Amino acid sequence: MRNVEFRTAASAQGGLVVMAGVAGVAAGSRVQLRDHAGRVRSGLVIRSAADNVVVEVFEGTDEIDLERTWVRFLGEPFRLPVSRDILGRVFNGSGQPTDGRPPIISADRRDINGEPLNPSARAYPREFIQTGISAIDGMNSLTRGQKLPIFSGGGLPHNRVAAQIVRQAKLLGEEAADFVVVFAAFGASHADARFFQESFEESGVLNKVVMFLNLADEPVIERLLTPRAALTAAEYLAFDLDYHVLVVMTDMTAYAEALREVAVLRGDVPARKGYPGYLYSDLAEIYERAGRIKNRRGSITLIPVLSMPSDDITHPIPDLTGYITEGQIVLGRELSGEGVYPPVTVLPSLSRLMKDGIGKNFTREDHPHVASQLFASYAKALEVRGLAAIIGAEELSDADRHALAFADAFERRFINQGEDEDRSIHETLNLAWDLLSMLPKDALTRVSEEQLAKYHKGTA
Amino acid sequence: MGKILEINGPLVKLELPQTVLGEQVRVGRMGLIGEVIGRAGDTALAQLYEDTTGLRPGEDAEGLGWPLSVELGPGLLGGIFDGVQRPLQAMRERSGDRIAHGVAVASLSRTQRWHFVPEPARRAGTRLAGGDVLGFVQETESIRHRILTPPQIEGELLELAPEGDHSVEEVIGRVRLADGRIEKLHLFHRWPVRTPRPFRQRDHAVAPLITGQRILDTFYPLLKGGKAAIPGPFGAGKTMLQHQVARWCDAQIVIYVGCGERGNELTDILESMPELKDPYTGRSLMERTLLVANTSNMPVVAREASIYVGITLAEYFRDQGYDVVMVADSTSRWAEALREVSGRLGQMPVEEGYPAYLGSRLAAFYERAGRVETLAGDHGSVTLIGAVSPPGGDFSEPVTSHTKEIVQTFWALSKELADARHYPAVDWLESFSGDVNSAAKWWAEHVHPNWQAARAAALGLLAESEELQRVVNLVGVEALSSEQRWALESARLIKEGLLQQAATDEADSFASPEKQYALLAALLEIHRRGMDLVQLGAPAQRLIQMPLLAQARRWKSQHGSDDLAGLQAKIAAVPQAFEPLLLEYASTRQPAGAGEARP
Ligand SMILES: Nc1ncnc2c1ncn2[C@@H]1O[C@H](COP(=O)(O)OP(=O)(O)OP(=O)(O)O)[C@@H](O)[C@H]1O
Ligand SMILES: [Mg+2]
Repeated sequence: MRNVEFRTAASAQGGLVVMAGVAGVAAGSRVQLRDHAGRVRSGLVIRSAADNVVVEVFEGTDEIDLERTWVRFLGEPFRLPVSRDILGRVFNGSGQPTDGRPPIISADRRDINGEPLNPSARAYPREFIQTGISAIDGMNSLTRGQKLPIFSGGGLPHNRVAAQIVRQAKLLGEEAADFVVVFAAFGASHADARFFQESFEESGVLNKVVMFLNLADEPVIERLLTPRAALTAAEYLAFDLDYHVLVVMTDMTAYAEALREVAVLRGDVPARKGYPGYLYSDLAEIYERAGRIKNRRGSITLIPVLSMPSDDITHPIPDLTGYITEGQIVLGRELSGEGVYPPVTVLPSLSRLMKDGIGKNFTREDHPHVASQLFASYAKALEVRGLAAIIGAEELSDADRHALAFADAFERRFINQGEDEDRSIHETLNLAWDLLSMLPKDALTRVSEEQLAKYHKGTA
Repeated sequence: MGKILEINGPLVKLELPQTVLGEQVRVGRMGLIGEVIGRAGDTALAQLYEDTTGLRPGEDAEGLGWPLSVELGPGLLGGIFDGVQRPLQAMRERSGDRIAHGVAVASLSRTQRWHFVPEPARRAGTRLAGGDVLGFVQETESIRHRILTPPQIEGELLELAPEGDHSVEEVIGRVRLADGRIEKLHLFHRWPVRTPRPFRQRDHAVAPLITGQRILDTFYPLLKGGKAAIPGPFGAGKTMLQHQVARWCDAQIVIYVGCGERGNELTDILESMPELKDPYTGRSLMERTLLVANTSNMPVVAREASIYVGITLAEYFRDQGYDVVMVADSTSRWAEALREVSGRLGQMPVEEGYPAYLGSRLAAFYERAGRVETLAGDHGSVTLIGAVSPPGGDFSEPVTSHTKEIVQTFWALSKELADARHYPAVDWLESFSGDVNSAAKWWAEHVHPNWQAARAAALGLLAESEELQRVVNLVGVEALSSEQRWALESARLIKEGLLQQAATDEADSFASPEKQYALLAALLEIHRRGMDLVQLGAPAQRLIQMPLLAQARRWKSQHGSDDLAGLQAKIAAVPQAFEPLLLEYASTRQPAGAGEARP
């Protein structure tokens, strides 16, 4: 069947082509369409009946002439050829090289949909990754194999934060040698893509990066393939070649919008805001490919970036993402407006795997307590700040005034840091104690009395 | 034998005459399994439990003649199964780290041999009825697996194997049914998951399920045999709370269903449970635990089934006379799977795409919880605890609102509390329990007669503080009287010293009922003594500065449930801490009667 060309397109509309008189085509198999101008498009069989087949065309169905379109069924799903040579290469959204260098030749071609990992094969992520960013390391620590998205909004510095994480991420006491990056962009602007490329170049890691770019002006439906192709490359690097892979994906919102577009074409019943009911499972198929596997050395740590439409964290895209990922780093407009970089809003931010990757045997014995105390003290201080806005700071008690000063210092000194400032976890924790020492000991009940004695610098 | 006509996502149209709704089918060269969800003439619509990529029209299809069923017998405990009860560990040995297409592995091992000990009363020639205990297999150190007569069987026992080792498929006995047919007995039997297992009658639930979590046990109790829901937005702590219940509750069997959630959360259980000791038996917790997993990246169709597989397994252990807890994380993913099926069948959606029967399906599922008298005359229970994941954290959405009407106990998680790292983020105003009076009897009998009054006092204080906080937020703390300021401070003490309970704190992860009550009573005593002083004229500010308040917040983590004496010693010193202030104010002012120094 691979070599037979059919010219039986019965209709072509909104990205879908119906082929008549074609029998026995495998569901999910890849399709090649050659149009009258000789342009080749690719597609996927989404419905296969005894005498007709529906094909979803990634480049769209514009200008398709039914009589002059030749279609071949390749009889297999989308596959990505993998080999060591993918490192340092740039591909388009469906895995074709776009850097002018030769295609990847390999007998090892993998179905980009992957196969679900058996839950009993997973190894729980426990190794602390130091990003050098206090708001993350101190309070929302990343572990190897975690999926931790950055929730952001238009105009916020999520790209810079993601790039800083990529530049600085390291495991304590280990060399960075077996660490590689897979970068996937969908719907991103050329400027964004260039920003990342240059940032990788500057830090000299370009030959350890694999890029999959589907930019804003490229076919929308292709975006459905891009994260899958990127993760296929990541799985190969991690679980065949033992690399620790950091996958950065931007922007998941563009991906979800592409999915919605296709769902509408297919006539799927919408759930919320026009997004199909299966958006959750679809996103999960992507995010759950992060992780570690027993008895394998490599790992996939996933940092998806997404912009929250109208800064709304309850919008289906961040909402469903939050329901799947292992926490989230939330960037805030208010902090950003005050010139704080990275503008991490710590209260809604969360790392769920932190509790298992920090403390005595991983970072420092006081780390979990310090993190918990910072959250509690800052949450309380924000209440005071709200109160001060109503009744005026003059009316505040001494304790409340301490709290206000703490909140300000916490934002200016702890959260705020340079884009090139790489703080060790010890520096971060010591800084935390400097700030906590602004508060009386009695106000710090989440740390132990021994820790207070050891680290608290105040007298009270 | 039929054939495939059309493939559309997980749905296949088959030419398959004489099938019935719900029948299991095997489809295509890969032998994928699914179930019939629609029929029209000779064609049937089936949904498959696995990805259909690679399936072609024209390939064979066959009906298997039975509905989705589970295998019930020794070998379940400590295991992890997928949404249609395939054993994931055995599958890993067979096909590697990833779940390959069309792998068929029996749920229970066919080669493992179990030591069967027959029940002495089961002699040849006696009557045998469904649910009767044939004997037992000591499956784990702590769990005696009773071998049950399949519920539908009734007749004369012709023979039963003597004590000895058997695999699950070997015949261990024979029964002559009323119609003269001879039925063979095995260590296991099958049961269709969508049919509740029969019992003699429903019993009253009498004892609370002790989870070791103060906000649950002390404030919003759930009875053994009850139904509870844990709704909350992402990250609020539903899974952590369910893990805590699975770890520390005083049930004998725990069924944990991971329905459309994260793979790592199951790994967490698989790695941590074997290391943890059951506080009641001292044995490894994994010995009493069984996992059913359809993680979010596994096929959605099997997700709908996983909940039923879980509850059927729970009923099976109930029928052996055990108290079983089933936790389901998350019932919302199950409802969404239901929505997808109904959408594909073209059924009319009513709210947010959900079919009209969402409410009745949910109710029927929760109805399978309960405490019962089993067919064998024992007592057993299934307690059901479902997480609910409302989109955008909005509790008015269909799944949460239907569930709220069904359950007796509602542990509502709040984003505000979670954001402030108040864990467990159970909202003490939104939550409810319809079983406080029943639980009170147990607490009065087993822990302290004053339990119910103490609980009410603490809740009253929390409610009052909510009001006071509103005032403070409007006009500042100066507007409050000294009494009110002290009440506000006491409520804070209760929140931090009692309600907050970190799962990660080794000493406090589990709190025995005695520890729970001791802390509750102690914090209330601090409140009362402080209030006495305020009434003697002591300014609230002086009290708030007492080091005792910071110390009392640490008690919970300084003394585990096995060190009640240490905790009691600290509590006994409470009066002393108030002594200096009492001397000061009792001597300066002596109001008639009020605030007499208590011994
Ligand atoms: N009782 C607790 N003690 C300590 N930490 C907790 C507790 N409950 C929740 N947390 C913290 O909150 C995080 C999120 O909890 P959890 O994963 O249970 O949320 P969830 O409600 O199940 O979210 P989702 O709906 O996305 O699955 C945990 O990883 C942990 O850091
Ligand atoms: Mg959860």
